[in-house]
Amino acid sequence: MKAGSNLEKVLSAGHFALTSELGPPKGNDVSVIQKKADFLRGNVDAVNVTDNQTAIVRMSSIAACSFVIQMGMEPVMQMVCRDRNRIAMQSDIFGATALGIHNIVCLTGDHHTFGNQVNAKNVHDLDSVQLIDMVRNMRDNQTLLGGEDKIEGEIRMFIGGAANPFADPFEFRALRAAKKAAAGMDFIQTQCIYDMDRFREWMRMMRDLGVHEKVHILAGVTPLKSAGMARYMAKNVAGIIIPDALIDRMAKAQKGADEGIKICVEQIQELREIEGVHGIHIMAIEWEHMVGRIAEEAGLLPRPQAA
Amino acid sequence: MIKAVQKPIDEILSYLDTYSKILLSGCGACVTVCHSGGEKEVALLASSLKMARNKMGKNLDIMEITPARQCEPEFALELAGMVEGVDAILSLSCGVGVQTLARNFNNAMIFPGVNTVFMGETVTHGAWEERCQACGNCILERTGGVCPIARCAKQLLNGPCGGSSKGKCEIKEDTDCAWQLIYDRLKSLGQLQKLQEIIPAKNWGTESRDKGPRKIVREDLKI
Repeated sequence: MKAGSNLEKVLSAGHFALTSELGPPKGNDVSVIQKKADFLRGNVDAVNVTDNQTAIVRMSSIAACSFVIQMGMEPVMQMVCRDRNRIAMQSDIFGATALGIHNIVCLTGDHHTFGNQVNAKNVHDLDSVQLIDMVRNMRDNQTLLGGEDKIEGEIRMFIGGAANPFADPFEFRALRAAKKAAAGMDFIQTQCIYDMDRFREWMRMMRDLGVHEKVHILAGVTPLKSAGMARYMAKNVAGIIIPDALIDRMAKAQKGADEGIKICVEQIQELREIEGVHGIHIMAIEWEHMVGRIAEEAGLLPRPQAA
Repeated sequence: MIKAVQKPIDEILSYLDTYSKILLSGCGACVTVCHSGGEKEVALLASSLKMARNKMGKNLDIMEITPARQCEPEFALELAGMVEGVDAILSLSCGVGVQTLARNFNNAMIFPGVNTVFMGETVTHGAWEERCQACGNCILERTGGVCPIARCAKQLLNGPCGGSSKGKCEIKEDTDCAWQLIYDRLKSLGQLQKLQEIIPAKNWGTESRDKGPRKIVREDLKI
């Protein structure tokens, strides 16, 4: 075991993993975390706590992760390169592991101009590949980046990264994931998948490069709430592809939300059959109460008790 | 070359509010090429400032000069004879030239008339784009001659983020994704294997101004 987290145990034991996501409050109202955690507890193996996602200022991921532990769940701390330099990142990783956080997802971070601090100076001291390499080095060599200084204590982190098979240049996407794997990534959570053909093609490229044998790939899904949401995402969110057939299906449905859940469950079943997919990451944005239902209908409950 | 744009005239007028006699200096180098601070722009701005001040009933005397390169002391010193007797200097040079004047003329207030924006190239007549951030350790050999430090919104060194779509950057539809350009060039050159190498964490400390302003000293050129 590299980190000994529940997520690592589940994946190492060969179980089909399930993770989800929890966005911290836009302030210090802990009841927001409590409410979301109550919906997710028991339904997933671990929950990602986002790090100021879409560059909207929220409670820090590290603090919210700590609350998630107190609430009886295992967190996956997301860390973006946008807001911190290598000094702050390593310092936060010391603190996070001391607080009992043993999963991390290393991300570039959404550009700050999408958020509510558009005049900020972004950092990007490291990129996500370099961040993965730094955490691996802290864990495996007990040293800081570029130095011989031994770390006091033990950094146990199960290291994750993201992959977006729907961004361009498409041919480079598997190669980029391979670079992350070479840097020390243990698991991947993908951008939400709607275009199954393109995802299958990306997985074929991943298998050709042998990445599926080095890292656990968790396929990302986001249930659609309505045809309007599908149209909006398809048009406005870079790096997301939603086929017209799916938008039409949502538009024709009597109850959009139910149809969205149904589609999501079908997607999970389809993704589960793809060689190299070891789990699902459900990003139910402000729809955490649906995660249990999706997991149930997809046959992913109860969650395994990994020893 | 360095690219700059003229500041709004109201901002310039606000600097000059309490002054009645100024020296307006352009520069014959970069700002002439990008039409923001050459001899022509000096003459135009001088006329505009005088008209604006006349309307306010506050006369403004302006002397004009455009040295060949305001950032070099031997040219900047051409202003010496004119600085005597003016209240302030307004410079249409880049931020470097403004500071050359500040260092050489202790007794005059210096105001910038342009915003210095970037180092870039002319992509078409009347359009310039950023190309270099003077990071101090050129990596263009590894990236097919396209700089991700200057041209990627996140300065990524190991490939494009998830926001690269159809060749464009997610933050601006009219901006090419630097990593798409890098990929396309290396592919056409048969050099895609370069993209498999992990570029390690950059040494910003010694390569850029994060460790304070940089200096180049060439002993062989000193006199």
